[in-house]
Amino acid sequence: MSGDTTGPAPLGTSTGFGGPAGAGASWCDRCGTPTGEGDHTACRAARQLEPPRYCGHCRRRMKVQVLPVGWAAVCVEHGETRA
Amino acid sequence: MPEILDQARTQVLENGVGLDEAGVLAVLNLPDEHLPAALQLAHEVRMRWCGPEVEVEGIVSLKTGGCPEDCHFCSQSGLFTSPVRAVWLDIPSLVEAAKQTAKTGATEFCIVAAVRGPDDRLMRQLREGVAAIQAEVDIQVAASVGMLTQEQVDELVEMGVHRYNHNLETCRSYFPNVVTTHSWEERWETLRMVRESGMEVCCGGILGLGESVEQRAEFAAQLAELDPHEVPLNFLNPRPGTPLGDRSVVEGKDALRAIAAFRLAMPRTILRYAGGRELTLGDLGTRSGLLGGINAVIVGNYLTTLGRPATTDLELLQDLKMPVKALSATL
Ligand code: SF4
Ligand SMILES: [Zn+2]
Ligand SMILES: [Zn+2]
Repeated sequence: MSGDTTGPAPLGTSTGFGGPAGAGASWCDRCGTPTGEGDHTACRAARQLEPPRYCGHCRRRMKVQVLPVGWAAVCVEHGETRA
Repeated sequence: MPEILDQARTQVLENGVGLDEAGVLAVLNLPDEHLPAALQLAHEVRMRWCGPEVEVEGIVSLKTGGCPEDCHFCSQSGLFTSPVRAVWLDIPSLVEAAKQTAKTGATEFCIVAAVRGPDDRLMRQLREGVAAIQAEVDIQVAASVGMLTQEQVDELVEMGVHRYNHNLETCRSYFPNVVTTHSWEERWETLRMVRESGMEVCCGGILGLGESVEQRAEFAAQLAELDPHEVPLNFLNPRPGTPLGDRSVVEGKDALRAIAAFRLAMPRTILRYAGGRELTLGDLGTRSGLLGGINAVIVGNYLTTLGRPATTDLELLQDLKMPVKALSATL
């Protein structure tokens, strides 16, 4: 499973959504800082081998379950993302 | 040929007697130009004493995060500012994870929980989960739920858990630098009870925690003394927010030296690639390790991080003409 860091999907879908600095996401889903500030190149690289930890829309820490195949991440406000 | 490899050829390859701490250290200190010879010998030892089969395993976290312990490498400790939040896996999802794992051809499925040791709730979940998997999936169930009491050991045996993982993580002399909330000896005590219960002992650790080369050799010798059925070898994947979050990863060549050295210390054990190999070794290194003493892999994702797809590993094994160990061979 490699993390999808290629771009955003609508909220609440099950397709995986914006990785670090993905368009539409305000917060880096790896480090939880604003996508518009600082360099998230390392986050993007790391996300190939990590699930997201922060909601890209509200910066809340998500509840993340890693599975042998795939992962599921839940933001209390924005719902579940899966990949 | 360095003297240590000549010695290992007779002692380990021919006689099946593992290298001692001094021997392991000599292998860990071999210059780069002798690394291929060390890997080749370790591979021959593995083929001679274990055979060509590779044991494939999947793991899943039943309870993630919020652990009261302070293992400095671990993103699941509740004592650090790691972004990993506490979460429980429900039983249907656990069974589904076991099914997905079995589909890869894996014979082992390890259920893991981030705890100091199990409480009643976890033991109940485990009992229910193991029974549900056994009813629906053709796979052997292993568990890793921290330090155990004798009663809990007996309960796991009764549930049908056939192997128990409990890593010593690092050598005895370095352990207090990595964990302060419990001792190496406490871990050893759980391993002793597991061994006596008849469950298979799975015990390994993580390289790259800041231990010296001498301490790496010490660790190999201590594992050899324990003589576990399986040794999972992890390489530190520095996790944000943990005390070891800024450490650099183990150099690929050092990781390969360690693989060869650990194999030469333990000719008969199942030596498994666990976490961190993607980062430390990459694709090429992963291949070299499988040709240098490794005879088992964790496929798919880990507990809080992702691995490469199972198919990538399975294709590699096919390419190397290493058959996946079948369930019938493990029973
Ligand atoms: S006991 Fe296990 S889960 Fe808890 S901090 Fe240590 S390694 Fe992590
Ligand atoms: Zn970032
Ligand atoms: Zn959100």
